[in-house]
Amino acid sequence: MIFEKLWAWFSAPGAWTAPGGIWQRLAEHLAYSGLVLALASLLALPLGIWLGHRGRGEGPILALTGALRALPTLGLLTLLTLWLGLGLTAPVLALLALALAPLLSSAYAGVAHLDPALKQAALAQGMTGRQLLFQVELPLALPLIMGGLRNATLQVVATVPLLAYINLGGLGRYLIDGLALRDYTRMVAAVLLLALLALALDALLALAQRALTSPGIR
Amino acid sequence: MSRFQPNRRQILAGLGLATGGLTLTACGLDGSTAFGQAGASSTLLIGSADFPESQLLAEIYAAALRQRDLEAQTLPGMGAREAYLGALQEGAVAVVPDYSGNLLLYLDSASRAQTAQEVMQALPGVLPQNLEALAPAPAENKDSLVMRADRARALGLESLADLAPLSGHLSLAAAPEFAERSYGLPGLKRVYDFEPSSFEPINDGGGPLTLAALREGQVDIVDLYSTDPALRSPEFLILQDPGHLILPQQILPLVHKRLVSLEAAQVLEEISALLTTEALMGLNERVVGAEKASPAQAASDWVGQVFPRDS
Repeated sequence: MIFEKLWAWFSAPGAWTAPGGIWQRLAEHLAYSGLVLALASLLALPLGIWLGHRGRGEGPILALTGALRALPTLGLLTLLTLWLGLGLTAPVLALLALALAPLLSSAYAGVAHLDPALKQAALAQGMTGRQLLFQVELPLALPLIMGGLRNATLQVVATVPLLAYINLGGLGRYLIDGLALRDYTRMVAAVLLLALLALALDALLALAQRALTSPGIR
Repeated sequence: MSRFQPNRRQILAGLGLATGGLTLTACGLDGSTAFGQAGASSTLLIGSADFPESQLLAEIYAAALRQRDLEAQTLPGMGAREAYLGALQEGAVAVVPDYSGNLLLYLDSASRAQTAQEVMQALPGVLPQNLEALAPAPAENKDSLVMRADRARALGLESLADLAPLSGHLSLAAAPEFAERSYGLPGLKRVYDFEPSSFEPINDGGGPLTLAALREGQVDIVDLYSTDPALRSPEFLILQDPGHLILPQQILPLVHKRLVSLEAAQVLEEISALLTTEALMGLNERVVGAEKASPAQAASDWVGQVFPRDS
């Protein structure tokens, strides 16, 4: 019975293409997620990799990422929206707090926790610090960094629905509106779309990870 | 109509019903239920839904009954309407506060009643046999479309009926269900020929985010509850509703007929008569505002002030 209702929901005229339809909500969802992940990567990856390369800052990074992970996103979203008003700034900041932690810790750990013998071997061959970083440390750390990115992607894609709590779009619109109207078909459809989106993105990133990883450590 | 039972409540109510059902089967025939002993003592049990104003109202009923030396106890936070109406029908509680319009729509979603009187006249016909709606209070808690007073004055707006020429020029923020409910966007279009330039769904039930959006001028019109203490500020103006788009929501004591004596019913109607929207705003302010007074404290203070010990 739920399957019939779901089918009817997905096949209703305009369900995909109308304003507020599935394609629009998917695009919004991807846009919010992409924006947050791009900003978080720009901030967290260079910082984490650099600190890992220098081998310092582990204490502060652990404390910071732990604190960021503990922040409740809905609370943060409400607080920031009260301060900054409606718009994209408050939700992007709230989601950044969520995305920074896995990226920062994986970038740091990936570089800092490499076998010291490898670094010594590279330096003994006369590599400069820069060569060590780009030719040894980064390629070896890549699987862990990509793991952090996949982790962050899943968390962000699964949390972007919260943005529908305020006046933004994304697939969360169906969840929040469906709950408000007790339209459970709409909610199940949203859950399905979200799960598929998360799986698809993770599969894509897994492929990218495989392609980028040096053949020697595959 | 889900104004008074936001989403989380519905889920909790579902859980409550499920566990309640289990407990009922387990308790068997000794008259005890999930919510306590039914009808065994002379203490009136007053239930309430699980949001602050409902708990406050239950405490007001209890305080008024005690003021007249009748025994009363409250059972706060029973869940959504599904849950507390079921408990009331079983006699697990004797009284619950409710809202006339939403109660009617819950019992008869096709009702055509519009005015407060029509709602009260329609109720006896659709209530279960053993329940009765006592005389309602003047106090109402209903959806109210609100603008900033300065903006409304500048545009010469006082009522929803003035909105038609501005259709497509003013934005509106409300809970998400407003987009599809009959009193929401479809009703605004049907009754007042008004469509907002944009609809901004904000899911905090007319809470601080909605209010801030109006105050900062990010939207022109918002949907708030009429007992929201913020509406006492001259900063805001409630748009009149001459076309009866929004159903009246008078507060009334809903009682189980056999469990409530005539004397108790009279006390409940007397205290209801004293309860105005203004008074309820003040009490809500004490409970949810900076003071965070307990509903019981706020209720007994107010009843002590306004309700004489002897009739």
